[in-house]
Amino acid sequence: MSLVLKGISKSFLGEGKAEVQALSHINLEVADGEFVSILGPSGCGKTTLLRIIAGLDHATGGSILLDGNRIEGPCPRMAMIFQEYSLYPWRTVLDNIAFGLEMKGMEKPRRRAKALEFLEMVGLVDFAENYPFELSGGMRQRVAVARALAIDPQILLMDEPFGALDAQTRNMLQRELLEIWEKTKKTVIFVTHSVDEAVFLSDRVVVLTARPGTIRDIVPINLPRPRERTGTDFARIRRYVLDHVEKTAFSSKV
Amino acid sequence: MRYLRLLLPILLLIGWELVSWVVNNPFIVPSLETVIPILLHPFSPEYTLGTGSMVENAAISIQRVGLGFLVAAAVAIPIGILMGRSPLLNDFFDSTIELLRPIPPLAWVPLALAWFKIGLTSIVFIIFIGAFFPILLNTVDGVRSVKKTWLEVATTLGAKERQIMTKVVLPGAAPTIWTGLRVGFGIAWMCVVAAEWLPGISKGLGYLILYAYNFGQTNLIIAGMVVIGVIGLLIDFVFKRVEKKWFSWRGLER
Repeated sequence: MSLVLKGISKSFLGEGKAEVQALSHINLEVADGEFVSILGPSGCGKTTLLRIIAGLDHATGGSILLDGNRIEGPCPRMAMIFQEYSLYPWRTVLDNIAFGLEMKGMEKPRRRAKALEFLEMVGLVDFAENYPFELSGGMRQRVAVARALAIDPQILLMDEPFGALDAQTRNMLQRELLEIWEKTKKTVIFVTHSVDEAVFLSDRVVVLTARPGTIRDIVPINLPRPRERTGTDFARIRRYVLDHVEKTAFSSKV
Repeated sequence: MRYLRLLLPILLLIGWELVSWVVNNPFIVPSLETVIPILLHPFSPEYTLGTGSMVENAAISIQRVGLGFLVAAAVAIPIGILMGRSPLLNDFFDSTIELLRPIPPLAWVPLALAWFKIGLTSIVFIIFIGAFFPILLNTVDGVRSVKKTWLEVATTLGAKERQIMTKVVLPGAAPTIWTGLRVGFGIAWMCVVAAEWLPGISKGLGYLILYAYNFGQTNLIIAGMVVIGVIGLLIDFVFKRVEKKWFSWRGLER
């Protein structure tokens, strides 16, 4: 598997028909099994970039190549996990996870058995027949992860999936995500505005500048996992990335 | 206080009985003991001036209202879904609907007679007009309330257009559509009584109470009104129960 972003640009018409450049010439190669974070201040177009990769938005320039083939729309080899409100409230947890399999036409007993496997992976077997509104925010995002994994994508696209959670739950889910990632060997592209989260999770952190979003730097994080947030190396790299982000934030204000 | 709810109805019944005793004119205020026997013998044709038993008349009214209501739902829901999904179709239909909506169903009676003559079609048409607009407007609302994320999740999980309709849009809009059906049925039930006053009709609860008036049988009028009220209440109760059982997730989307 190889994913290549070639000169991705995105502009749209803002107020008064003025053209707004959201993304400008993004080039990025993501390797098989890699965990890449896209980090940047709000409004830098990081979510837009992820949506373009997912096929939900269209780039106005450039192309995305998955194993050399141009991607034009949603592709079953990728699954997206949204920030929140993504579960279907009328479906049980298990039926939510089985949704993608149902769309593929898998018959009920098989898709439910398969969904149960992934429910097990995220540790929520006891909640199979519960409804999303009966779950906490962290549990709901676990279900969203399981639902994405169930269609067996090669790439997981995650749009600030833990952004709405409290700090403790957030840390717990980050650790669980890494375990799942190591177990399933998926490629992950993870959008976040949290430096801490990006450094904790990623093999590489892509730092975007503010509008128009361009790649300011790509920082490899060569720390062994599990990473210790209190370690000096972690703090050093975190400081380094944070400086980058702050500089982009300041420069955009001038 | 659970029993407090019963207090006013009981006081009203006592008051009524007192007033009937004071007025002493069964044409103005019939006493309870002339009304209750009619209600206690719903299957007997002897209490209804030869118009058939209360149950028979009620069944005919329910049949008529059911027919008009089903036709209204069958037309309003598809149009509502199209309008909710497509801004273009919404603009196309909206002005016409806003023009027709304020016309009371009963204002259509003369036109209904001109078009469909005396008979079932005219009655069904009036009921159709009454039920159509609440069902339509709620369907449009319901479809619009389907969250964008729900649709995008389905797209990224490989759902086809038809699956998005049946597995996301319809279930997502269902609670609001159901509310439209409930309100529509309530209005349809009001319309049937008046529609049964059309010339040439010889059965139904509406017909029965008007017929009773012609014979000065106010006790029968009141018994008929009670039956009309109770049936309306029961059907509304069923609608509410279904809502509670199937759509209890509404308002709890997370």
